[in-house]
Amino acid sequence: MSVRSQVLSADALDQLKADHSRIFVLSSREKIQRILFFGFAFIVFLYCFWRTGFFDFAAILNGLTKLTDVLRFMLPPAHNGFLGEFLYAMLETLAMAFLGTLLASIAALPLGFMGAKNVIPNTFFHFGLRRIFDFIRGVDSLIWALIFVSVVGLGPFAGILAIAVGDTGTLAKLFAEAIENVEKKQIEGIKASGANNVQTMRFGIFPQIFPVLLSNSLYYFESNTRSATILGIVGAGGIGLQLSDRIKINNWDEASFIICLILITVFLIDTLSKEIRIRIIKKAH
Amino acid sequence: MYGFPMNSRIIADDPVAAFQAAHAKLQKQRRFNNILFSCLFLIITAVSLYVGEVRIDVILSDLPGLFRYVYDTIPVMAPQTALEDFREWYWAFPKWLSLLFDTIIIALLGTTIGTIGAFFICFPASRNLVKNSWVYFFNRRGMEIARSVPELVYAMIFVFAFGLGPLPGVLAIAVHTCGALGKLFSEVNENVSEQQIEGVQASGANWPQTIRYAVVPQVMPNFLSYALLRFEINVRAASVIGFVGAGGIGQELMFVIRQFVYTDISAIVLMIIATVAVIDISCEKLRHQIIGDEELL
Repeated sequence: MSVRSQVLSADALDQLKADHSRIFVLSSREKIQRILFFGFAFIVFLYCFWRTGFFDFAAILNGLTKLTDVLRFMLPPAHNGFLGEFLYAMLETLAMAFLGTLLASIAALPLGFMGAKNVIPNTFFHFGLRRIFDFIRGVDSLIWALIFVSVVGLGPFAGILAIAVGDTGTLAKLFAEAIENVEKKQIEGIKASGANNVQTMRFGIFPQIFPVLLSNSLYYFESNTRSATILGIVGAGGIGLQLSDRIKINNWDEASFIICLILITVFLIDTLSKEIRIRIIKKAH
Repeated sequence: MYGFPMNSRIIADDPVAAFQAAHAKLQKQRRFNNILFSCLFLIITAVSLYVGEVRIDVILSDLPGLFRYVYDTIPVMAPQTALEDFREWYWAFPKWLSLLFDTIIIALLGTTIGTIGAFFICFPASRNLVKNSWVYFFNRRGMEIARSVPELVYAMIFVFAFGLGPLPGVLAIAVHTCGALGKLFSEVNENVSEQQIEGVQASGANWPQTIRYAVVPQVMPNFLSYALLRFEINVRAASVIGFVGAGGIGQELMFVIRQFVYTDISAIVLMIIATVAVIDISCEKLRHQIIGDEELL
């Protein structure tokens, strides 16, 4: 095929525009629609900005000056001799995430079986249980933390419970979906060899879903490490407590040190858990 | 058969013995691995239990309190006075509704500002669109830092700078969203078709023109869908960002939890869940419309 090279004349360009007017010229109806849409969006955003105080320019300017001051105080990050305390708080955070995820996984396992359509085929039961999972998932772990702090008192135990309860709903839903996606053939095979219901679950369903469960739990451990870092802000122990204390008394260099510590830990946990998850999935296939 | 070592000489000699030997070896290795992982798991659990200050006597003494707490949040409702009881339960409904409206606005503005920021950062952070590796590197790292720090931490810092109110909440969500969406956006950019870029470049377009006419039309539906997904996440985040004084329903919720106003807790939590559910469902519908059912992210 030969390559043609040509330059369009001005007339030819006009002719093209006239021929394909749908592309180059908007119809008046489209124009009005567009103006109305953008005008409406503009007014809505103007109202939102006004309501949240973006038009208080003096306050914003003042805030920006304060923010630059804060950034200046944050550099360089320093632990001022509290390194051991920070590291222990970080360990506490990791322990909270680990135990929270562990408890949630243990609780979610039977709930997942109960919520799976192919295990309990009753529609009402299935629907009701799934709505309960949704309800638990709808409440943020920080709200659970605040509630548990007022029940069991300050400390990491409240954080563990908050993570456990909040994630039970999510993991139960994921487990139920994994169980619904198992292959029928293996179950039929086990049943054909004379297994009862429990044995079918153990040898027909469980080996199929175990890698999925493990990798989901690991993934949630990863994400819980992130959420556990802030649970301390409402009094549930760990590094968040240290961080909010430092910010409250304006120790900005220590605060930025803690933030760096959080970033490094989250990065390490992410990498480690991703590595393990890839291995689990590979082994399963 | 490919799971076992194929050694034709042994198989020729005695296939059953070879199979049993290989099987025993695999089983031994597996048992060793299982014991190793169980030990590791037990050690981690033991350390966590110690560090997490979990004590069985404390759990047992707290358990009744937990059930009483849940019981206390259930309002008194009699069938004959249901309406009045309900009215008493939601005694501050207009105030809570207005705070919830604030929460949605915080999420909306935070998502919008963050999405606009991410839109401008994501193109220089896509490997296929920038030749200069330093530009790429710094944009990528910047986005990583923006999304790795939790919203609540930004909120605490911004509350100190700008004072109590919704403004620091909006800014905190915007910064976090910018980092989170920037990463997703640049991943979308890295998957665009090269042919259209080459075509537009061949007609003499410079870098901004290439982005505008070759990349943006390809990625826009995915961007919008991701932004809507982020909005759903941000509504949840905005409902708790008030815990540190950054506006919305969170501040009120924290107050009633701290003051043990039990029925108010359940009233507000139910309102939050309902709002989140309504927004989730409507956003999902919108996303289906934007990119079609089969490609839903």
